[in-house]
Amino acid sequence: MSQSSRKKLLLMGRSGSGKSSMRSIIFSNYSAFDTRRLGATVDVELSHLRFLGNMSLTLWDCGGQDVFMENYFTNQKDHIFKMVQVLIHVFDVESKSINKDIEIFVKSLTNLQKYSPDAKIFVLLHKMDLVQIDKRQELFTIMMDKLQKISNPYHFKLIGFPTSIWDESLYKAWSQIVCSLIPNINLFNNNIIKFNSILDAEEIILFEKTTFLVISSTTSIKQQQQHKLTNGSQKEESEELDPKRFEKISNIIKTYKQSISKLRTNFNNLIIRGSNGTTFYLDILTENMFIMVVLKKKDEVLDGFPVEQNEESLVLDNIKAARKWFEKIENSK
Amino acid sequence: MEATIVPPPKDTNATILLMGLRRSGKSSICKVVFHNMQPLDTLYLESTSKPTNEQFSSLIDLSVMELPGQLNYFEPNYDSERLFSSVGALVYVIDSQDEYLNALTNLSMIIDFAYRVNPKINIEVLIHKVDGLSEDYRMDAQQDIMQRTGDELLDLGLEGVSVSFYLTSIFDHSVYEAFSRIVQRLIPELPSLEHMLDNLVQHSSIDKVFLFDVNSKIYVATDSSPVDIQTYEVCAEFIDITIDLDDLYIENDQNNNKSGVKGADGNKELRSVSHLSSGSTLYLKQMIRGLALVALIRNEGFNDTAADSEKSLTIIEYNVDLFKQALIKMWTPKR
Repeated sequence: MSQSSRKKLLLMGRSGSGKSSMRSIIFSNYSAFDTRRLGATVDVELSHLRFLGNMSLTLWDCGGQDVFMENYFTNQKDHIFKMVQVLIHVFDVESKSINKDIEIFVKSLTNLQKYSPDAKIFVLLHKMDLVQIDKRQELFTIMMDKLQKISNPYHFKLIGFPTSIWDESLYKAWSQIVCSLIPNINLFNNNIIKFNSILDAEEIILFEKTTFLVISSTTSIKQQQQHKLTNGSQKEESEELDPKRFEKISNIIKTYKQSISKLRTNFNNLIIRGSNGTTFYLDILTENMFIMVVLKKKDEVLDGFPVEQNEESLVLDNIKAARKWFEKIENSK
Repeated sequence: MEATIVPPPKDTNATILLMGLRRSGKSSICKVVFHNMQPLDTLYLESTSKPTNEQFSSLIDLSVMELPGQLNYFEPNYDSERLFSSVGALVYVIDSQDEYLNALTNLSMIIDFAYRVNPKINIEVLIHKVDGLSEDYRMDAQQDIMQRTGDELLDLGLEGVSVSFYLTSIFDHSVYEAFSRIVQRLIPELPSLEHMLDNLVQHSSIDKVFLFDVNSKIYVATDSSPVDIQTYEVCAEFIDITIDLDDLYIENDQNNNKSGVKGADGNKELRSVSHLSSGSTLYLKQMIRGLALVALIRNEGFNDTAADSEKSLTIIEYNVDLFKQALIKMWTPKR
């Protein structure tokens, strides 16, 4: 494995802000409820994760108590902040001492600028479930403005997410973080679009196998393209469907995975013929990816039943045929 | 005291009466089983002051009546006689984490009264909140409670009464299991239903099949092989997953309906199939009256190819359709 495919992610934040809970939910199949049992992280806990086969992530979960924090910024600073690809800084929205939180954030930015200036910075405003629903957006905007202003002198562009372990916002944030690390994401995108031109599906979504984070989807690609073209007023199409559906799907499928692990097995595929003519196909695409195809029935067919049966296996065959293309991309890196 | 008169139950015997001392967990059971409330949220339930009545329509029209725990039902201004005479099952909830001697005295008094009024009543006792007890202690508690109840009933001269006991907790599936059993006893057609399911199982290489009520996750019937609680859990969760995924894309369709693109989608039933890597298959199909059939289909042999499993699925499909037709036939004359 080449050195370049090994990514270093720093997960930082004050103690009790929920760093280890996040990690356990996304990468270790904990349920949100289980995370209560987690104790304080002592010093740095390293976890190595293989993602999409040849990408290996090293997640540095840095314990957030002041003693450890001091240590990171003094004795261990070259060890910690060298060769960092991504910094994920977690803020607790309920925190009493925001100034102290920001102070630490600034300290890590200073160090990052010195040791790895190309790092991407993600800010998670965590425990959003503790804020009233109508105040969440406002709070998030204020906080992000403030943080961006602070980090301006360091020439970092911040990307922020409101998150909570009790809903799907956590998946959204992490899927974007991890996607930013995939080098050949454009190849994936092109191929999905091509695949969709064959299937004419409502939507095609790619998932990573172990974490079920969304890698790519036809809707999001279309949105990006439209965004480039028109730069506005492109909301119409996405408005119809639940904008949070990707995260919800990740969540549902993970629940399903956990559920059938009681039977000591895993699932190969899942086909749901919905109550209103929509059909879902969830199937293994490559060793590391799942694909989900959502098909809408386009025309009313007269002798509906036998025709649909054929269609079902047709789609599965199509997915099978698409497999080798995606495997190629995966192995190319 | 006129205000607390209990609403008259309907003529059908499918009424479940939920009783117990105060704080034994009756409302929590109701909320969790019939309203999909998260078990943790039940901490914030208020104390129930008036009898509440839940109508819920599944294979049979069931109503669950919950009585406040702190009232004395032997005061003359309650029409207890009429109440007990019209219910099919009496469910008594005992808090196993509390001192239960009081509850047992109360229970035997109620049984005494109810049995004299209505000898056909099913008496079910939930030994509740067992999630807080250790594994060995659960059995001890159950033994103790059964023993003491038996003695009390003997003293009252009621030897013939059969009382069923269940260990339950709202934090796992045991309460659903218990309610499934309780509801099943109220369905007069149960033996023929089970027979039909047995037939289905025999001819379709199915491991286990449940007929679920989709909203409450109570199973109204299953085949005669023993129920493995894990299979039950997986099947119940499979319903959730199917419905959740389906719901995500449903908004879109409503728009279509408004613009009149598609009218009758009532005939499209929900169906979902999932192949597991162990070779088994989970199968769900929507039935009548908010019911769904969920089956775990075992793998036939190791040389099982995709085409083969597709074929056997088609056969199962056909058999399930026959089963559904039989269900419709059984239930249409009633309406």
